[in-house]
Amino acid sequence: MSFLPYAVAAWVCLVGLYGIVTSRNLIHLALCLTVMQSSTYLLLLAIGYVKGGGPPIFKGVKLGTTSVDPVVQALTLTDIVVSVTVIALILALALDVHKQAGTVDPDEVREMSG
Amino acid sequence: MTWALPLPVVIPLIAAALCTAGDHVLPRRLGDAIGVVGAAGAFAFSLVILVASEEHTRLTWFGGWTPRGHAAIGIAFVADPLGAGVAALATGLALASMLYSWSFLRHAARPYDSLMLLFGGAMAGFALAGDIFNMFVWFELMGVAAYALAGFEIKHVGPIQGAINFAVSNTVGAYMILTGIALLYARTGALNLAQIGHSLAGHKPDGLVIVALTLLVCGFLIKAAIAPFHLWLADAHAVAPAPVCALFSGVMVVIGLLGVTRCYWTVFDASLAPQAHDVRAVLVALGIFTAVLGAVMAFLQRHLKRLLAYSTISHMGIALVAIALLDEKSLGGAASLLLAHGLLKASLFLCCGILLVRFDAIDELRLHGKGRALPLVGLMFGLGAIALAGVPYVGTYLGHAQIDEGATLDGIDWVQPLLMIAAGVSSAAILRAGARIFLGWGPARDPLLSPEPPESAPERSASMPALLAVTGTLLVLGLVVSVAPGLGQRIEQAAGRARDRIAYVDRVLRDHERPAPPRPPVAVEPTTTDSVLYGIGGTLIAVGLALAGLYRRRLPELVRAPLRSALGPPLQVLRLAHSGVVGDYVAWITVGTAVVGGLWALLLRG
Amino acid sequence: MTRRVRIGIFLPALAGLAALLVWAYTGIPAFGDYQGPYGFVVTKLATPLRHMDNAVNSVTYDIRGIDTMGEEFILFGAVIGVVLLLRGEEGRTEDVHDDTGSDLVRVFGTLAIGAVVLVGLWVVAFGFVTPGGGFQGGVAVASGALLLYLAAGYREWAAFGNESILDPIKGIGGGGYAVIGLAALVGGMPFLTNFFHGGVTGSVFSGGSAAFVNWSAGIEVAAALVILFSEFLEEYIVPLAKGS
Repeated sequence: MSFLPYAVAAWVCLVGLYGIVTSRNLIHLALCLTVMQSSTYLLLLAIGYVKGGGPPIFKGVKLGTTSVDPVVQALTLTDIVVSVTVIALILALALDVHKQAGTVDPDEVREMSG
Repeated sequence: MTWALPLPVVIPLIAAALCTAGDHVLPRRLGDAIGVVGAAGAFAFSLVILVASEEHTRLTWFGGWTPRGHAAIGIAFVADPLGAGVAALATGLALASMLYSWSFLRHAARPYDSLMLLFGGAMAGFALAGDIFNMFVWFELMGVAAYALAGFEIKHVGPIQGAINFAVSNTVGAYMILTGIALLYARTGALNLAQIGHSLAGHKPDGLVIVALTLLVCGFLIKAAIAPFHLWLADAHAVAPAPVCALFSGVMVVIGLLGVTRCYWTVFDASLAPQAHDVRAVLVALGIFTAVLGAVMAFLQRHLKRLLAYSTISHMGIALVAIALLDEKSLGGAASLLLAHGLLKASLFLCCGILLVRFDAIDELRLHGKGRALPLVGLMFGLGAIALAGVPYVGTYLGHAQIDEGATLDGIDWVQPLLMIAAGVSSAAILRAGARIFLGWGPARDPLLSPEPPESAPERSASMPALLAVTGTLLVLGLVVSVAPGLGQRIEQAAGRARDRIAYVDRVLRDHERPAPPRPPVAVEPTTTDSVLYGIGGTLIAVGLALAGLYRRRLPELVRAPLRSALGPPLQVLRLAHSGVVGDYVAWITVGTAVVGGLWALLLRG
Repeated sequence: MTRRVRIGIFLPALAGLAALLVWAYTGIPAFGDYQGPYGFVVTKLATPLRHMDNAVNSVTYDIRGIDTMGEEFILFGAVIGVVLLLRGEEGRTEDVHDDTGSDLVRVFGTLAIGAVVLVGLWVVAFGFVTPGGGFQGGVAVASGALLLYLAAGYREWAAFGNESILDPIKGIGGGGYAVIGLAALVGGMPFLTNFFHGGVTGSVFSGGSAAFVNWSAGIEVAAALVILFSEFLEEYIVPLAKGS
């Protein structure tokens, strides 16, 4: 039972990777990258969990009460922003491909080979 | 003096913000000037930090969060000579690129300046960071700026595809790095490099540590364009503007190798030192594979920037072999090699930019003979190519010589001939292209070379003297690396300090400063006869193979037919693998990671 | 490479990677058994030292403030990148007919804009007291702006999402973060030190200068996201305008 969060994180990562490799649509590919990113959020947050711990907000709560790790939450926040920005760029690129080549299938655009 | 540590990063970032904020308000040239001043300021401060770091490793804790009871809470910038040197290279090349772009891309949209500044500042930040997650943040900032810069020419499909391949490959790498960071955090509860290393020290590596090593190394090797993670680099170079390529080949790939070096020596050396030879074996194999593959692929190109990109890949392979030998001399050799290579390759790319402006073409065959009108550029191109081959006492020779010494000391003598061949073959490709373009030698048609989409010049009236000045300066700096008095010894000393984990931990966590090392003499160190011979050998291979490439029709059919049937199928397979399709690239990344991880799992376990 | 070859080499590698990940994850301490010192040191220090209730934001804006600064600039750079990549879509957007059809959507949407923006600003302001902070609040404010498009149509949005207003805001937000850090430097303290920290725990004024970087982040995120929405909307609207 206690391995489940990590198993899910691994599964999500692998599914995302599979999606990227087999993708036929650049928008789908960008979202698969998001999925892969989500696996890192899961991993980080699962690592920081403290059994019986409350949220790391101490308003009205006595100092020293057990709380979960706030550091991984801050890391996850940074991670989310980073992921959003990269996805935005890739989506913009996908739009550009569609404008120039009329398709969003990465397999069909073969200008760079050899 | 520690107040200056954040500046090589903060100054370009603020300049970028100013450029954007003033976009519709300030006149165009004022915005450009802010950009150049920002880059210059960053470079100046990084030089100051480099000089200061030679005495003592400089350290600053952001926000004043110094360690409490041996636990590092805040983020530190740790300037040792190696990191400070890479930061100086990054900001210096960024400045050169911005000066070049002042003429080359005069009408570029304002975002270009901001992105270049972000790119340079992020690389400096990565080089100086002492916290692994902070390194990741700068890595991503570098990446974001680079993806946008690569896709600059949005009017053609080629650049966009190149940018997509670049972005997806490097982002997958970034997620791998992040997973590695998470694993290390789970084990040690720390993000500070010194503290992670300290916590792992003495414990035998288990699955978590081995896989963290794999993920971190493979993630960084994607950025460093090591095979089979290298496929995106040629695409990105083919399409990015020339000054951007100069930064990519000159310093961005170096950041990947610095990541591997820094993580290994501060974090993993702690628990993997007894099994270092196993770590070394896998990385040396990857390096040699990359060096040879890059050199061969370079020879098959006619698009100048792609050719140079594959040559970069080959040199990164050579540097990885040197780093992987895990000793002081070789690491110093890698640093010297990368310094010379960075400067020379950047100047070669800037030469390509000049060719593009004059002749509106970047294809070796299309430019056949046209370069005769530009003898100065031809001279620079030829010198750069030869210096990359390792001619004794020119350019990359210092690096090769140090690597030779290091390998001999380790008893791994079979490495040097392979590296010599790789350097020779990749330089042969550049020489061949140079001879065809600037001397008009060789036929104007060559079926061996892969066709690529055409490229047109961004400006039709760039100021030649300005472009030539920047290109020439970088070339000269690159050439003299091998004979700069005292440089070799200082680089070796820097390498030695980068490897010294105990001293690093002492400095960062306990604020103990080691006594300053003795200043090395300001003299050119003699090199061994073996190194001279290897240097001459590499040059001969370069020249000979270039001529063979140009004039192979004149070889008797008796020689050509067996060569064709022997080399044909493998070359065809290579070309198929470099398909330009991002799904293939990520598949190869997965294969590479699984193989490296599997090998290390078997070798390092128990 | 054909797809079959690609999948043929990929699937075994994926299986190998899966095995490696599972092997690595078994080395992590059991779920709920977080041991590392970092989290505990932070929660024991954050509130007493900085008078903050929200430990996560004390990490984000104070203890690991330089990370957040880098992240700000990543957002900044990505938005510049998107503008660069989507440039050149010139077209007459005045004639587009995409007004909202339903009166209910128009009225409700307009009311909601105010509410959403207010909530967003509140989330930013109380970032050190309750969950929230610059990023979360900034996103909320930006989505309030997007409601303007949904409720009123492109013409109203175009007046608001104008680049010449947003670029300076974005620059000031991002640059502001770095400048606040520099201010500490000038005062002789390490970069990004939280000066005049303290304040009353649990109030809007806790957090010290970290509160300023919190607001910087919020302003920048809101401006950046509105620019992103603008760019992508333009891609949709201009062909629509051409077609009609």
